[in-house]
Amino acid sequence: MNATVIILFLIIVAMTLAITYYAAKRTKTASEFYTAGGGLTGWQNGLAIAGDYLSAASFLGIAGAIALSGFDGFLFSIGYLVAYLVVLFIVAEPLRNLGRYTLADMINARFDAKKIRATAALNTITIVIFYMIAQLVGAGALIQLLFGIPYWVAVLIVGVMMTIYVLFGGMTATSWVQIIKAVLLMIGTIIISFMVLAKFNFNIFEMFTTMKTATPLGEAYLNPGVKYTVPLDTISLMIALVLGTAGLPHILMRFFTVKNAKTARSSVIWATWIVGIFYIMTIFLGFGAAAFVGADVIKSSNAAGNMAAPLLAQVLGGDILMSFVSAVAFATILAVVAGLVLSGASAFAHDIYGQIIKKGKATEKQQMLAAKYASLSVSVFSILLALFAQNLNVAFLVSLAFCVAASANLPVIVYTIYWKRFNTTGAMTGMIAGLVSALVLVAISPSVMSPVAGAALITGDPIFPLTNPALLSVPIGFIGGVIGTLLSKKQDAKRFAEVKVKANTGYKTQV
Amino acid sequence: MAKKVSQSDLKKRGEDFEKIERSSQFQELMAAKRKFLVPSIIIFFGLYLLFPILISYTNIMDAPAIGDISWAWIYALLLFIMTWVMATIYMKKAATFDHMAEKIWKEEDLDGREAQ
Repeated sequence: MNATVIILFLIIVAMTLAITYYAAKRTKTASEFYTAGGGLTGWQNGLAIAGDYLSAASFLGIAGAIALSGFDGFLFSIGYLVAYLVVLFIVAEPLRNLGRYTLADMINARFDAKKIRATAALNTITIVIFYMIAQLVGAGALIQLLFGIPYWVAVLIVGVMMTIYVLFGGMTATSWVQIIKAVLLMIGTIIISFMVLAKFNFNIFEMFTTMKTATPLGEAYLNPGVKYTVPLDTISLMIALVLGTAGLPHILMRFFTVKNAKTARSSVIWATWIVGIFYIMTIFLGFGAAAFVGADVIKSSNAAGNMAAPLLAQVLGGDILMSFVSAVAFATILAVVAGLVLSGASAFAHDIYGQIIKKGKATEKQQMLAAKYASLSVSVFSILLALFAQNLNVAFLVSLAFCVAASANLPVIVYTIYWKRFNTTGAMTGMIAGLVSALVLVAISPSVMSPVAGAALITGDPIFPLTNPALLSVPIGFIGGVIGTLLSKKQDAKRFAEVKVKANTGYKTQV
Repeated sequence: MAKKVSQSDLKKRGEDFEKIERSSQFQELMAAKRKFLVPSIIIFFGLYLLFPILISYTNIMDAPAIGDISWAWIYALLLFIMTWVMATIYMKKAATFDHMAEKIWKEEDLDGREAQ
């Protein structure tokens, strides 16, 4: 570990702690804690969405995947971006108009049923925990590689930082950590892309021609089919990517931080541009790493290719650029896990404690206390899980989180806003069918079961052939909602009229 | 903060919302939204899903399109451009939806005052 990286690392820590200090003074009520008082502007929230969304898996993972498997690595970038059209067209505005702090709030705008709130909270917590373990285990391994410190120390550093941001600074601190991270990540990526393009004389065609012969894969590198060879698995993955984003609790929560649906909309537009430009640049990062670092060197550092971007930075700009990229990767991890802690805490403290146990009658002081205890518990629990999961292959947990989000959350969101006949029973069966099918299908998939001992959690032939179950579990979630609805005769036209009018006009919604 | 409302208030509110829902202005807003959103969603989702199908079951995307850049890259780039274009068009369209929605609640507040 060199001096530059320590200094940059300390600057980021100091800057984010300063933000937290100022944010703490502005975080007195539950609304300020969960939504920063709803006062973010479109561009601020757009950057924060990008900061929340672009995880280390996006930055280091996709760059590495493109470096090692060419076009197939880029598939993630496509799915992750197009997903924002689902968010923009279907989810963002009604969510802002109907909800207050959580997804469960929005569904309960139509049904006053504790069991629905509890199930929605359970889905949120499930997604947060899967996503969090994947992030923390990945973070531990990465920081270990980047800074040369032991795994458990790395997990503790990230864990303590995220706890401090959320516990003291709530959504205000989390949002600004995410905004700063998004800016740093864009700067880092633009610098590397520019240097890679300069090597190809700023000629895209020359770049592609060079890449044809630059890797051990030869021409196949530039074509689909290197990594994903099972057609149904590829389609299933793409479905999970495009539909999952609109059901991820930490992304959905960001829409409560703006004052109205119009601002929610403009923040998605901002996010679409930032995230899209970033994902285009993942091509340059991946190609650059493949051409100038080489597949062998990348793989010897980390088999999954996670070191491709930092190694490329080293080749292009020496230790200083590599230190900068490592520091950006660190900031990236912090911003994402902080958002996850906050959304997990909101499900525990607001949904389960505030609305179910206290029936919405908790005082402001009780709500704040609950929010802080919940944040602390979510953090500690995640850190412990991450410490135990060090040697497990947890990369599949991210796609599992997307799958649960797409199968359990999205169908209910869509039905709540658009389907008149939809009722309480349907909401329950939809959420449970989506959650259970995603979990069970992954548990018997090649991600968890492998005939090669030690390659996955369970040794044995996988029962379900697809790595990603979205192709089956998303329809199960949607059909589950329909069957439950039809089994019950209940229907509330008045309530649907209210939801429909509020969702579409923002009339008489909570400010 | 949400105000506490009694059961009878809730019922009254429900009736108000049903009235708005039936109003021709709200129906027009919903029709305008549907007219844009339904085809847009079908187009983007269709084009998006067609891509993994084409690259998984055929080789046509492997053929070079411009120089050494194959159709797969061109298609992927078009999906990016599609996202930005659709988001921008929606931004413009939504301004009209906002305008229609504002008219609905202005009218509703006026009605409410007259009734008192």
